[in-house]
Amino acid sequence: MKLKHLWLTLTLGLIATPVFADDVLDTGDTAWMIVATALVMVMTPAGLALFYGGMSRYKNLLNTLAMTLVSYCLGSIIWIMWGYTLAFGTSQGGIIGGFEHLFMAGIGVNSLTGTIPTYVFALFQMTFAGITVALVLGSIVDRMKFSSWIVFAILWITFIYCPIAHWVWGGGWMGEMGALDFAGGNVVHINAGVAGLVLSLVLGKRIGYGKEAMFPSSIALTALGAALLWFGWFGFNAGSQLAADGVAASAFLVTNTSAATAALVWMFCEWIVTGKPTVLGIASGVVAGLVSITPAAGFVNLPASLIIGLVAGALGYFFVGVVKHKIGYDDSLDAFGVHGMCGVWGALATGLFANPAITEGKAGLFYGNPGQLWTQLISILATATFTAVGTLIVVYVTKALTGGIRVGRDDEIQGLDSNLHGERGFEIA
Amino acid sequence: MKKIEAIVKPFKLDDVKEALNEIGIQGMTISEVKGYGRQKGHKEIYRGAEYVVDFIPKVKIEIIVESERADQVVEAIQKAANTGKIGDGKIFLSTIEEVIRVRTGEKGKNAI
Repeated sequence: MKLKHLWLTLTLGLIATPVFADDVLDTGDTAWMIVATALVMVMTPAGLALFYGGMSRYKNLLNTLAMTLVSYCLGSIIWIMWGYTLAFGTSQGGIIGGFEHLFMAGIGVNSLTGTIPTYVFALFQMTFAGITVALVLGSIVDRMKFSSWIVFAILWITFIYCPIAHWVWGGGWMGEMGALDFAGGNVVHINAGVAGLVLSLVLGKRIGYGKEAMFPSSIALTALGAALLWFGWFGFNAGSQLAADGVAASAFLVTNTSAATAALVWMFCEWIVTGKPTVLGIASGVVAGLVSITPAAGFVNLPASLIIGLVAGALGYFFVGVVKHKIGYDDSLDAFGVHGMCGVWGALATGLFANPAITEGKAGLFYGNPGQLWTQLISILATATFTAVGTLIVVYVTKALTGGIRVGRDDEIQGLDSNLHGERGFEIA
Repeated sequence: MKKIEAIVKPFKLDDVKEALNEIGIQGMTISEVKGYGRQKGHKEIYRGAEYVVDFIPKVKIEIIVESERADQVVEAIQKAANTGKIGDGKIFLSTIEEVIRVRTGEKGKNAI
């Protein structure tokens, strides 16, 4: 019996041997990518929602959760209708994808992308679109109209996220130029951070910003949210290899290392400067470390991830704890400070530390390829410029369509939970 | 009749309650309040944003007793709530005109 099995396996194995390795489904890769997609999904409506919700004020907790939830829902629907094809359709001059996959046209159960079904690939990418627009929220909670947020999210995913995703991952010019962005330093974090900054500048500061105390509703929720983000980020980074292999394992390793390092560094910075190690600081450090390792995850080795995390923790703390207060803009939950700044650091670090021993042919400055740093710099500047200008246009279009993007004064003071949603986050008797 | 209002540190409430039980006080009303006096507030820092918390949580205890017992009650509260540190609270004493029990309509001493 055993021999017969062996014979069968061998024969089937031979028959299944592909002419082109890429055209055959790999069940291991597929299984991992389905799980990875679910991991990234949980980052938005659970991880980010709690992370941001806990930091927003008690009267705006539900509004923050609602905006995060609808971001993911809108991202899901837009992606299967026109987002996927704009990002991953046949490249039109390296700028944007073609329309051949509108409503997922031309993709069936047998379609493959690499070694996994195209459905899985498209879903995995969909979760990235959802979280990126949701990240922008961090700059503007407590003061934006819910209707305006919905319109903004639809326009922003379509006109800002999809082109940049195409440039980097969909066969566009940035990827062709050789810019390295493993899991979304440019596409996700710099993009969302800069967009958040632009949106927060147009919206203006919250009433009472800098004068009255704005206590987070629950640091406990924020800490739990950071833990869920960390958990989901394994899918985000290790999943971006699109395969269950050694590089995915390495990405997993460096992701965890960078997050842990940055959390400790942020905590010690606070402890030294202000005298107390805060839970919010530890949670923020986790996210800073995760953001920074994102573009580098599949390219750098373990020692590099320690340095990336070390710098991320200090940079994040210094930027949101010191620089922001000196400049005086109101980035409510620091989407720009954490995602924008640490995203830039991660993209540059990729240009420094990319090691050909991890992914063949991808080398940074320290491995004999100084040009990579320059390429990374161009990709950062191009992303930031396009996002800044594009987001500004999207904001003004949104403003025109929804008759202003800011909530009324009374609503802002009384709280968006009761005035916009008719609910309360807590019932404490 | 006298009303004794005592504002004490929240973690001292149980000590005060026991001390009052020992001298035979059989009822009281408490509320969670916030305020500040010489103790002032404290600072909290969230990502570099410093907020001063002026109002500190305290517990307010209200007791109504016959006038002749007031001094004894005040003394018991003062001893039980004392930690020797700034922020131990205050005790206020005032005269009450009338007490009425809702269930029976009894008035004065019998209603306490």
